[in-house]
Amino acid sequence: MMCISSTPPLLQVDHLAVHFPMARASWFQRGPSPVLQAVADVSFHILPGETLALVGESGCGKTTLGRALVGLHASIQGSIRFKGQDLATMSPTQRQQTRRSVQMIFQDPYESLNPRLPVSDVITEPLLIHGLGGGAERADRARDLIAQVGLPVDALNRYPHQFSGGQRQRIAIARALGPEPELIVADEPLSALDVSIQSQILNLMSQLREERGLSYLFISHDLSAVHHLADRVAVMYLGHLVELAPRSELFDNPGHPYTRALIDAIPQIGQGRRSRGRTIQGDLPSPLNPPTGCAFHPRCPKVQAICKTQAPLLQPAAQGGGQQWVACHFKD
Amino acid sequence: MPTWSSGEFAEIADMTSQAKPSLKPGLLAVEDLSIAFKTEKGTLLAVDQVSYQIEAGKTLGMVGESGCGKSTTALALMGLLPSSASVSGQAHFFGEQLFAQTQAQWRRVRGNRMAMIFQEPMTALNPVIQIGEQISETLFLHQGLTGKVAMDRAIEMLDEVGIASARTRAAAYPHQLSGGMRQRAMIAMALACRPQLLIADEPTTALDVTIQAQIVELMLELQDRIGMSIQFISHNLGVVSELADNIVVMYAGRIVERAPAALLFSQARHPYSVGLIQTLPNLKHRQAQLPVIPGGMPHLGSALQGCRFADRCQRVVTQCREQVPALISIGPEHDVACFRADA
Amino acid sequence: MLSFIASRLLQSAIVLLVMSFVIYTLIGLMPGDPIDIMVNSNPGYTAQDVARLRAQYGLDQPLLTRYWSWLQSAAVLDFGYSRTYSQPVWVILVPALIQTGKLVGLSFVVFTALAMTMGITAALTKDSILDRGINLLAFAGISLPVFFLALLLIYLFAVRWGYLPASGMFTIGGSGDLIDTAKYFVLPVLTLTAAFAGRFTRFTRASMIEVLRMDYIRTARAKGAGPLRVVFKHALRNAMIPVVTVLALSFGGLLGGALITETMFAQRGMGKLIFDAVMGNDFNLALMGLLFATTATLLSNLMADIAYAWLDPRISLS
Repeated sequence: MMCISSTPPLLQVDHLAVHFPMARASWFQRGPSPVLQAVADVSFHILPGETLALVGESGCGKTTLGRALVGLHASIQGSIRFKGQDLATMSPTQRQQTRRSVQMIFQDPYESLNPRLPVSDVITEPLLIHGLGGGAERADRARDLIAQVGLPVDALNRYPHQFSGGQRQRIAIARALGPEPELIVADEPLSALDVSIQSQILNLMSQLREERGLSYLFISHDLSAVHHLADRVAVMYLGHLVELAPRSELFDNPGHPYTRALIDAIPQIGQGRRSRGRTIQGDLPSPLNPPTGCAFHPRCPKVQAICKTQAPLLQPAAQGGGQQWVACHFKD
Repeated sequence: MPTWSSGEFAEIADMTSQAKPSLKPGLLAVEDLSIAFKTEKGTLLAVDQVSYQIEAGKTLGMVGESGCGKSTTALALMGLLPSSASVSGQAHFFGEQLFAQTQAQWRRVRGNRMAMIFQEPMTALNPVIQIGEQISETLFLHQGLTGKVAMDRAIEMLDEVGIASARTRAAAYPHQLSGGMRQRAMIAMALACRPQLLIADEPTTALDVTIQAQIVELMLELQDRIGMSIQFISHNLGVVSELADNIVVMYAGRIVERAPAALLFSQARHPYSVGLIQTLPNLKHRQAQLPVIPGGMPHLGSALQGCRFADRCQRVVTQCREQVPALISIGPEHDVACFRADA
Repeated sequence: MLSFIASRLLQSAIVLLVMSFVIYTLIGLMPGDPIDIMVNSNPGYTAQDVARLRAQYGLDQPLLTRYWSWLQSAAVLDFGYSRTYSQPVWVILVPALIQTGKLVGLSFVVFTALAMTMGITAALTKDSILDRGINLLAFAGISLPVFFLALLLIYLFAVRWGYLPASGMFTIGGSGDLIDTAKYFVLPVLTLTAAFAGRFTRFTRASMIEVLRMDYIRTARAKGAGPLRVVFKHALRNAMIPVVTVLALSFGGLLGGALITETMFAQRGMGKLIFDAVMGNDFNLALMGLLFATTATLLSNLMADIAYAWLDPRISLS
């Protein structure tokens, strides 16, 4: 859709939509069955070696999107193509191959590691599943990986609960690296960690990217966290992409009012008390009952009549040299 | 397994008593607070000789990594620690000794003159009681208000914290509200009786970033209106910087630096504070590698001699591993616990 | 909430209807035709008599037709005659229902009160001597088989000490008033209670302990609430949510336990009645007895759902 570089994209997502049918409360409830449209018509691509950040707040659909990419959701519309192959039309062998190449790191390091498995098993399990090497080779790989993520070798014999949050996230990263993926979907990997530990993990992810030419889909609700890693940033609101731009353009000159609000929310250090009026008002609307027209209009400082009736499309803005795409009637 | 001994530190404190910072009288004055827990592994010292004060109408930011003892300190001030905890030291609240209170006296203070809000509003609110009733309960407990009078006041509170359609919302249950609204409801509940001190334990950590900003603005606004003091606890120095008049930096149960906020950001002296400031996100320019404080905080009860930050410190010398640095005044209102503070 | 109850009632009614067909068919499949029994007791019946009798009783009709005619009668609450008692099914069923109802109802109230009190006390005094004592008692209650306990109680209270009657429902030739019948209920109720109270004491205790660890309990204390208020206003309702559902569902189990208890204490209740009816090929009585048991289970499930929705607003308002 928007891929203008000559390298074929690693991942191409076109008009992806994910919905969840909701159960009725009782047989007597009137009206059609409610449907939760978690992701609505999202398109983007990721080039090899590129990091795309997907930013948005709770309920915007970013986690659902990430999970759909690794095949965790059945009812999707649109297409997801990995190295040109559509996920839906792949043979089981190809799908297994893709699963090797697309790995995931989850948000909660306290929940995403099986507490009953020692760390060595946690790391070698993906290798076992994909049939990568015999027992001795797997053990060697585990030793390599644990060293690469900055943990001592004796960590392999311990259990997850004996580690801190930051260390557990390193273990999760080691696990993801085992099958030598090309794309890692990192779903809020820093949110459960203290700010001072977040930098350590960001550095590790950056270093691994340099060494292995990894691509990342970095999902976060915090713009300041993605600043270090992202090449391009996509901003989501209530299931829609509202902005997609290269990192510096996004931060220096945000096109969409919501992006602006996210940037304004970042604390400004050492400037004393937060000044009034900087912050956006209101809450995210319920995805079960989205606003008409532009989903952001109830909270938008620039709202006009057209915003309530017509949903804006994601289109190139005048700024940003055609690389900055914004979904707003007043982007220019 | 040897654990810290308060005796050793008392010795050091005596030696440096000339340089020991003096505490001005204020609304809350905490003196040499130490908290130890009885566990199967022995007695573990979670908080070690912590002293600070908060003046009326001001905000104190308490910053440190998870496990540094900041939440434990707050719970001690509210008398909410479990029975396995032993507390020593003093806390003066308007001149009264908090730790010498009976249970009945504690109950009159909690929720009334001192209030606390917590990190996770979803689990901190009772899921089977309506929001309005949870707020009016505070009014009943301390002001004897019941029935319609109490409920009207609760609705006023909900309005004050910026919840739209307060009257309808008052009949809602916590699970029917968003995260931001739940936190606002918690604040309404805490401030219903107009306390003189609000202790906020990581109130924004579980929230989305725009909601975080809204809550910070709300707290500032309420502080202006009600005039209460706030003790704002967080691991995020960035958020703290938007609220605090004074900041206390804690590490492994001790205070390592104490200064007015502006002074801390311009002239931080303790290597840990400096490190924390450096790891704050910098959107101005991109660095190849982010500055980090390597390693992690030592766990409660692990045996270490000397300064607990020594293993992660770039200015470490032999003295650091042998003696524990005391909190020394290095300027007006600026205290640091480091042998190499001037390095 | 109302639409929730209405839809659940509708579901229960449909299940009941289906069950009536299933039970009807199953009983019909059992060996032992009523006509055969008649023939066996009277050798004078010829083949034509047999055919005539079959036609008279409608037993030569196909299953569905027979079921349909039963259903039509049942719809107007005509449940037919009991073959063994030669009386309308109603007349036999109702007194037995009342008897079992009293036993089960009383036991339910007693063991619920007992279990909740002990469970909450144990949770509040966790790891103390009192807690350990209650746990021990609870284990004893769970471990003792119902019949053994019944025998033990009869031996102690009726035979050894003579305080209470060993069995029966009322004194023959006695006044038949409340005090008299009450005596006959004490041991059966105790037996049934002991079996269930132990289980629920532990369950209540566990649920209460879990709830007391929750953040909102700490919030309640931070507001200045005293211990009584914290336990009874904040903790109890939350703790009861899982307990109440299991409690309501246990009603069905109570009926099973009641069968043994009624047998041990020679009381004419539903359990014995159904058993005898099935064994004696008393078609109508067996069918109705089993349907009542089904209804009781369905009702208890419904009660459980309603109680759960009522206690937990997260269920009824999502």
